[in-house]
Amino acid sequence: MPEAVLNLLLIPLIKIVVLLGVVLLIVAYLTYAERKILAYMQVRLGPNRVGPKGWLQPIADGLKLFVKEDLIPGGAERFVFLLAPGLIMVPALLMFAVIPFGEPFKVGGRTITPYLADVNIAILLLLGISSIGVFGIILGGWSSNSKFSLMGGLRSAAQMISYEIPMGFAVVSVLMMAGTLSLVGIVEAQRQAHIWFVLPGILAFGIYWICGVAETNRNPFDLPEAEAELVAGFHTEYSGMKFALFFLAEYANMMVISALATVMFFGGWLPPFPNLLAGLWASPVLAWIPGVVWFAAKMGFFLFCYIWFRGTFPRYRFDQLMAVGWKWLLPLSLANVMLVGVLMLWWKG
Amino acid sequence: MEQYVPILVYALVAISFPIITLLLARIFRAGSPDPVKAEAYECGVQAETKAFDTRFSIRYYLIAVLFVVFDVETIFLFPWAVSFQRLALFGFIEMMIFLAILLVGYVYAWRRGALEWA
Repeated sequence: MPEAVLNLLLIPLIKIVVLLGVVLLIVAYLTYAERKILAYMQVRLGPNRVGPKGWLQPIADGLKLFVKEDLIPGGAERFVFLLAPGLIMVPALLMFAVIPFGEPFKVGGRTITPYLADVNIAILLLLGISSIGVFGIILGGWSSNSKFSLMGGLRSAAQMISYEIPMGFAVVSVLMMAGTLSLVGIVEAQRQAHIWFVLPGILAFGIYWICGVAETNRNPFDLPEAEAELVAGFHTEYSGMKFALFFLAEYANMMVISALATVMFFGGWLPPFPNLLAGLWASPVLAWIPGVVWFAAKMGFFLFCYIWFRGTFPRYRFDQLMAVGWKWLLPLSLANVMLVGVLMLWWKG
Repeated sequence: MEQYVPILVYALVAISFPIITLLLARIFRAGSPDPVKAEAYECGVQAETKAFDTRFSIRYYLIAVLFVVFDVETIFLFPWAVSFQRLALFGFIEMMIFLAILLVGYVYAWRRGALEWA
């Protein structure tokens, strides 16, 4: 087999299959983890009937959604109604293409990278793709011909674009420290600096994380699907597999936000405290731990935080939500860019 | 450009994912259509108007316009941030002037009440 075919087609195809499988598996079990953790936080047992300790619950849920009747409301714009779940699912999956899950390793003399591609505009690509998701939400809400969906879609669009700006500014301060848009490059910059960017960029991380939670429409920013007032927001009228796609996309987006927090602020696949414990991590016992394990541990922590928030915080009011985004986070993130700039100039002399 | 080939392949797979699942679900799903089921969710009350007739707050439009301004600003910041360590003090001051001009617009929008939601 010619080398080019192997490098350009076969290996990426294997990676794509593995990536898609892992992502969908994690998404499925994230729903299980969420229900279980929430249950324990509220002194309940959670799902425990399907399989041992409820382990098969996500599969049962998936099957149920698969065979459910698919209702389309009478007055709906049928084509747009059909398009919307795809418009939100495709970007959610696509964003995993550039996320580096670990350091390159060798299999049979061939270097394999545990990421699909390392492009030099990764961050720009991610922000661009993630913006497409807004279309899915607003079109889904608009095409349903339901007041609840329309209000949910409008709210969601306003919320997502409002929080995208402070998030962009928070990312800018990371780029200033790293000097590159490549995600692999950002992790490498943290390795060379012997410090995670969360320490100099604690403010940027706080802003990024708040915006990340708001971007994925999760508690306490889950206004678009505020069930007490809007039933289910933009997907009120969706059922069956189309609803499942909205659901999968939400959890996939949570994974992307968590993975990006790991890469940009917490050293990606690097072990913890690279500045203090470098000797410890180089010791023969701990050095064998693959980077993917560290990455998964950090990402898992952030995913837990998402669920933890849902179990803890009450929902914002819509005017409060807009005030937090435009009057607090935006000036704060701008000030943070200036602060990081001044500090870096001072540091370099 | 070679590293974009896997992304392109992956994009095709990602696009086909919802199409395939929706087509498969079309084969297996239950279906007993009923005009009552096709009504919009409305607590059992017959809807008087279509949802498309619903009026909504003009502020959503205002937020969208503000978003365009500030999103373009972030896009300008990205290349600057990447080469910040090379541009050093001169580039920093230049960008601060640019940000100050936008800040004037931000303060103006705030003073005019564009950020109030009431």
